[in-house]
Amino acid sequence: MGKYIVRRLLQMIPVVLGATFIIFAMVFALPGDPTAGKCGERPCSPEFVAKFREEHNLNDPLPVQYGKYLGKFVQGDLGTNYYGIPVKDDLAKRYTITGRLALMAIAFEAIIGILAGVLAGVRKGRFIDNLVTVSTLFVISIPVFVIGVLLQYLFGIKWGLFPATVPSLEASTWSLVLPAFVLGSLSIAYVARLTRTNLVENLRADYVRTAAAKGLTKSRAVGVHTLRNSLIPVVTFIGADFGGLLGGAIVTERIFNIQGVGGYIWKGINSRDGVAVVSAVTVLVIVYLLVNLLVDLLYGVLDPRISHD
Amino acid sequence: MTDSLAVSVQPTAGEDVGEARSLAQDAWRSLRKNKIFWISVTLITAFVLMAVWPSLFTRTDPTFGDINNVRDTPSGAHIFGTDGQGYDIFARTIYGARASIIVGILTSLTTLIVGGVVGIVAGFYGGWIDAVVSRITDIFFAIPLLLGGILFMASFPNNPQSTPYLVIVGKVVLTLTIFGWPSIARLMRSSVLQVKPNEYVLAARALGASPLRIIRSHILPNALAPAIVVSTINLGGFIVAEATLSFLGIGLTPPAISWGVAISDALVAVRTYPHILLFPSLFLSLAVLAFILLGDAVRDAFDPKSR
Repeated sequence: MGKYIVRRLLQMIPVVLGATFIIFAMVFALPGDPTAGKCGERPCSPEFVAKFREEHNLNDPLPVQYGKYLGKFVQGDLGTNYYGIPVKDDLAKRYTITGRLALMAIAFEAIIGILAGVLAGVRKGRFIDNLVTVSTLFVISIPVFVIGVLLQYLFGIKWGLFPATVPSLEASTWSLVLPAFVLGSLSIAYVARLTRTNLVENLRADYVRTAAAKGLTKSRAVGVHTLRNSLIPVVTFIGADFGGLLGGAIVTERIFNIQGVGGYIWKGINSRDGVAVVSAVTVLVIVYLLVNLLVDLLYGVLDPRISHD
Repeated sequence: MTDSLAVSVQPTAGEDVGEARSLAQDAWRSLRKNKIFWISVTLITAFVLMAVWPSLFTRTDPTFGDINNVRDTPSGAHIFGTDGQGYDIFARTIYGARASIIVGILTSLTTLIVGGVVGIVAGFYGGWIDAVVSRITDIFFAIPLLLGGILFMASFPNNPQSTPYLVIVGKVVLTLTIFGWPSIARLMRSSVLQVKPNEYVLAARALGASPLRIIRSHILPNALAPAIVVSTINLGGFIVAEATLSFLGIGLTPPAISWGVAISDALVAVRTYPHILLFPSLFLSLAVLAFILLGDAVRDAFDPKSR
């Protein structure tokens, strides 16, 4: 197990390097002048521009810039953004709220998605099955930003059931409920469909027939034997989806005015703030890879036949 | 293997007993009876027609803005009403199909080609080639589609006035391809690994067939089905991704006409004029739905377990 984790962590290194280099190259190609508008109404003096470019290594060729950035990154120094604010402090604050949002979205996925999937799978072909199948298709086919704006209007403004926007970084969990549901909506639908498909397939397996023949109740046969086996692809999906959630947060955070990582990346792109964008995305990629490692380790818990030795 | 399996599934199928049917023929037989398959095919045909020949559906000029009639509710003259610029929403919705359908179909094709080739190379050759190619796949897989798309489109922005339509659309396709191919590559690799140890591949190799020939006539036909199915389902996702990029203001931008642009324009006025939002979203969702249902139907038909 320990050996497996070490091997996986070593494999992550080239992936992180490659992914951050791609991001770095794209940010490097961002058009526009990062010093534009930094000096108020008048254009910046040549001395300021020269100093700014020197400080942020903007005069070096791309690989050298990347190397210098990486050197600092490994030492835990994420640099300062173009406004002189340490990126680390900014990211810590913003990852807290985006992380809360993403975790709540995953909770919605796991609870609503799996529950709906189980209900549909157990009563295959009945009303509840059709309801789940049709409503999940409905959700999948509507873009998330449309769902977000509509739910914000209906629940937040028209009926006033939930807060329509998230005012601050220290937002209450209650005000994040609606954004988290919107962020997770697509995945809730996918999780429900995936659970249903796998459950239906596994319910036909021999061991379920054996369990029934032994006289086990249906709820035990489903809950203990079948569900555990059916959850492996679902767990894989949720893990792989984590990165997508952090990316999709850009849209959700924009709709609900959340000052999280998505908004940070978006603002960084628009103000040509390379360091901020690269650092935010690098952390995101690392988190994503770690979550996937965790998922692979979970396989062993769900299915004892899978071992990591 | 697939042939013998197909025959054993339906040993007495009327007059063509003894005639070995391929898996594809079998799948076609079950598809033909599937209502959902025909519904989605009809919808897709309609949308493709709209994309190719929009004037077949409407004679109204989608670029004519009637400032005297903005935000009209549906009426005889404008059956879907008019939007904030006085454009006829029906005409805009019909003409908007082109961008979404081109982006969807082209991106699915390019991801299938890129991901397919990468997956076959990794799965077929194995060894260090597999290790290198798989790590490269992992690198692109680690960057979320939407995030990569946003960064890429922001790095190479359009000039809406001078960039030709096809370049703008091509850029969206390129972006979504760069960050969309890894899932197909992984899928393709695993299906190649499943097909490779089969006896007919060993036999072909023993008879001296070249790697290219083995791939072309043995591996590819037997490993392609899952990738095609997933590409079809992904197609809907790419249409949504294009709309999302347009919503953020960096995908297609006006004067380009697309559902994504129309939806993001309409969202501003959703509280007062919801009908402007309704029609482009409805068409977009129907298109996405049609491709997902088609993919589902084809998958079920190709999956012998579900019969």
